[in-house]
Amino acid sequence: MKETSSPLLEMHNVLVKRGKKPVLFVNELALYAGEVLAVVGPNGAGKSTLLLTLARLIQPTQGKILYKNVPMDEWDDLSYRRQMSIVFQEPLLVDGTVMDNIILGLRLRGISKKEAVKAMQPWLEKLNLSEIAKRKVSQLSGGEAHRVSLARALVLEPQLLLLDEPFSALDPPSRLRLLDDLAGLLNHNHRTTLFVTHHLKEAARLGDRVAVLLDGVVRQVGTMDEIERHPLDNAVTNFVASEI
Amino acid sequence: MEKKDTKVVSFLNANLVWSIIGSKIMLNNEVFQITLLSLEISGIATLLSLLIGLPLGSVLALKTFPGRSFLLSLVNTGMGLPPVVVGLFVAMMLWRSGPFGDLNLIYTPTAIVIAQVIIAAPVVSGLTAAALQALDPRLQYQLLGLGASKIQMVIILWREARLPLLAALMAGFGAVISEVGASMMVGGNIRYQTRVLTTAIVLETSKGNFDVALGLGILLLVITFLVNWALTWIQQRAKKA
Repeated sequence: MKETSSPLLEMHNVLVKRGKKPVLFVNELALYAGEVLAVVGPNGAGKSTLLLTLARLIQPTQGKILYKNVPMDEWDDLSYRRQMSIVFQEPLLVDGTVMDNIILGLRLRGISKKEAVKAMQPWLEKLNLSEIAKRKVSQLSGGEAHRVSLARALVLEPQLLLLDEPFSALDPPSRLRLLDDLAGLLNHNHRTTLFVTHHLKEAARLGDRVAVLLDGVVRQVGTMDEIERHPLDNAVTNFVASEI
Repeated sequence: MEKKDTKVVSFLNANLVWSIIGSKIMLNNEVFQITLLSLEISGIATLLSLLIGLPLGSVLALKTFPGRSFLLSLVNTGMGLPPVVVGLFVAMMLWRSGPFGDLNLIYTPTAIVIAQVIIAAPVVSGLTAAALQALDPRLQYQLLGLGASKIQMVIILWREARLPLLAALMAGFGAVISEVGASMMVGGNIRYQTRVLTTAIVLETSKGNFDVALGLGILLLVITFLVNWALTWIQQRAKKA
């Protein structure tokens, strides 16, 4: 299991408040290099807050986050963020073509258009986007737009991939198809990934380990089997039961 | 009824219109100079308003800081500033006995530019803030999450909001090319120096020269139309792109 490798990211006693209200508390959480950690919980549990905190888009009120054993606040914002990429629930594409969007992150890093287009080619094929590479994003279907969003994140070959319920806005058949594709890509690349979802089945499908987040608190972290067989408390038991 | 129709027909008589536009306006060097000065003053004022309004509107839309909503309210109020009040304020500042009197700017084109910037900058700032706030707020997170620096993020957001931003520019230009109160008060409507189209129209009307005033009015409308037509063309081209 991945726990034998060193943690890429660690959270210790992290508290995030919105105004004066606590919205997230993580006592201990580690993300190991090469693993997919699925964070599961109902809507409003604090999953997106966790992801935004890890992306350093929200500042925690207290606690310590280490990335590659270095405290988060010692990292320069830009150099930290350029080691990761994020996919949100909505594709959030910018005006232009599919190609313009996929190479956006590379271009932001100062890579020439020629090099960026070259780097994009394998991902066009892996995500079945070759035929629509020159199409305007305004002409894409929901599923296609999500594929573009995923390709835009993966082409950066990030050391940390953050996925915030990336396909939840899609209809179930499209979502399942994209989840299968994503599972294949993640298994193949062993990319360190934090995948946020409110579906326990999706968490089990993609995650090497699962973290259960309820009411802003990470209650239990383990394999899906451990969580199902030995839920830590009543809240986890009830959540698991409600999802099965 | 028949008499009225005859009046209207005679008013719109092609020969009369030609005489106004042709002999009194188009062929008049002074009118040419006034037109050029109007475009120069309002063009510079709009450009300066853009240089102030684009960053200010972006900060108001994208940053959170204490007093932000108060500042935004001030800017939005500034969008409706009466030009005469601006003229009064700038005149008091630049008056020879005023705090900036030593600069000798009163009754100069620079004084008109200053007044017009005060009129147009809130318009550009307020509409810039509104344009950026209309974008999906998560787009900022997405761009930063893709590795954009703060400046790169703002530039991409400007690009995303380019249609309403061009509308902000048009509104800023429209506000200053058409104002008369401030230009009159701080420029003094001095012939060959600070006389612009709007102040010339007021002067000609006060002298009873309605034909010249009407001709200048038509000229002002045509110029405003041409500038906005060019900006609309750029805007719609940007939309297609």
